[in-house]
Amino acid sequence: MTNLMTLTRMRVQLALRNKMFFFFSLVMPLGFFFLYSGVFAKGEPDSVAYLLGPVLGLNVMGSFWGLSATLVMFREQGILRRFHVTPATATDMLISSVLANYALTLPTVVLELFLARTLFHVPNLGNLLSIFLLVSIGTVSFGSLGLVIASVTNTMQETQVLNQLLWLPLIFLSGATIPFTSLSNSVKHIALFLPATYLVHGLKNAIVNDYGPGKLLLALVSLTLWFVLTLFLSSQLFRWEPEAKIGRKAKFYVAATAIPFILLGIWEAKNGRVIAEENSTLQRLEAPHKSGKQKDAQPKSEDLKPDSDSSTEDSQ
Amino acid sequence: MPNPVLHVENLTKRYGDVEAVRGISFEVAEGEVFGLLGPNGAGKTSTIEILEGLRNADSGAVSVCGYDPQRNPEELKHEIGATLQSTALPEKLRVMEALRLFASFYKRRRNPDDLLKRFGLEEKRNAFYGQLSGGQKQRLALAIALVNDPKVVFLDEPTAGLDPQVRREIYDVIEELRRDRKTIVLTTHYIEEAERLCDRVAIVDHGKVIAQGTPRELKQASVDKTRIEVRLAREDSDETLKLLEGVSDCRSLNGVYVLHCQRPPQAIVSLVKHLEAQNNELISLEIATPSLEDVFIELTGRRLRD
Repeated sequence: MTNLMTLTRMRVQLALRNKMFFFFSLVMPLGFFFLYSGVFAKGEPDSVAYLLGPVLGLNVMGSFWGLSATLVMFREQGILRRFHVTPATATDMLISSVLANYALTLPTVVLELFLARTLFHVPNLGNLLSIFLLVSIGTVSFGSLGLVIASVTNTMQETQVLNQLLWLPLIFLSGATIPFTSLSNSVKHIALFLPATYLVHGLKNAIVNDYGPGKLLLALVSLTLWFVLTLFLSSQLFRWEPEAKIGRKAKFYVAATAIPFILLGIWEAKNGRVIAEENSTLQRLEAPHKSGKQKDAQPKSEDLKPDSDSSTEDSQ
Repeated sequence: MPNPVLHVENLTKRYGDVEAVRGISFEVAEGEVFGLLGPNGAGKTSTIEILEGLRNADSGAVSVCGYDPQRNPEELKHEIGATLQSTALPEKLRVMEALRLFASFYKRRRNPDDLLKRFGLEEKRNAFYGQLSGGQKQRLALAIALVNDPKVVFLDEPTAGLDPQVRREIYDVIEELRRDRKTIVLTTHYIEEAERLCDRVAIVDHGKVIAQGTPRELKQASVDKTRIEVRLAREDSDETLKLLEGVSDCRSLNGVYVLHCQRPPQAIVSLVKHLEAQNNELISLEIATPSLEDVFIELTGRRLRD
């Protein structure tokens, strides 16, 4: 336990001394927050609340980038092998990475929620316990994905390629950037197999629909299971030495981590719950606007009447 | 050897088709400085990394402080300290933080402040690892290796890549450890390092120990290689000098006669007598005792750094 705590503290200290960390963990997430809230939602509180889920989702999902890159860098520079000769274990190294990442991600999430409430006057942040659980489990599970990536790639170049390949579908299909409802039906069904979809969808429901943990149980359990699988796999594939390369066969083990979301995806594709909830949430958000638009439109249609009358009169 | 702290028997290690370690055996007594001397790729690092529990042996028996590194790596790691090759610490980790961090891993700990003082790093306590010079990094590595007051210290090429002045600093540190009666196993391809620091040396080549003993014993085994280099007032013949008592061979080059002898004192006496009889004079005489390098060349036919 002492090893774990001291290693976690070291990782936090090192991250706080790294300028890149501030850019990727603070500047960029806040940049997304202001882009979504100020530009896309035009500062309108209900729209800000609707987009807060995707903003938090992006922040949480980004965990895997930093974790995988740092671990591979530590291995390539021979830092890990120095720890190998001490009683610190691979599990200590892996869990401390996840814990440090969690400790560093949480303040940004809290800051985003605080800014949404104070700066954009979001009246209700929804179910805070659900948000906390989703952010917590999401951060550790996506962090563990980073550990798996670090375990199956041999060089930093390979790591960055794999990160990109995973990052793009995660952000574009989960509803974190392109609204889920805007996706074509077939793409929506593909998205149902992605953990990111359940994270973003869950956060949206927790914030906008005030869903408690009970209603989000499936997403929470799947993410937890995914975390356990990815952490276990990364501990099995962990390598201290830079020259210890991983075999091609081992890379296929990664597929095993997809099991919880393959099962969940099949189940969700059958009952259509996520797709229906996404549609209804958006409709409810648009409803006041539509009624507002109708109210705005009313005078215009009424305005048209005299015109039509006058035209009739003219014609008469 | 009674109660060796380290015992290695018929150790083998293979990487694919390459047989890195081919049946290495040796023992190290408590408080002894033992050196594995050999060229790069001889199997020294593989051997030491097996002893540290970093790699698994393919076969053979190993015991370090009574533990089998393969079966009890956790227990073993509490008892050993090590400096490794090709290793580093995070650039933004401060010197004192590094010592405290590594100390926290062990049951038995030494005061990090004492270690900083001992290794002359007090002024650098708040410096980042990335700001240290090569010598300072190596001194920090040694301080970290001692943070748990280990029973056995493994030093893998502790001065490789360092300039001569820093190398001497590291020698001083190791000699201090030797005075403290620490058991040390070091690998090196520097002859002078092995001769200066080690109580006993195993010469390793192609994954095998080809000779083992104290530096003096190894050199004595190569006594035939003791050379007496003489300059004479008048020319003499190699063939005549070769026949002198105690001389096994003689070769002349640019006016210098190099006498290879098994018994140098006897050779000198017979040379002086011979010169008197020939009415010749001795201008200069130098005795070159064999080095471990000579021993290595004799055993392998190659120089250490070939």
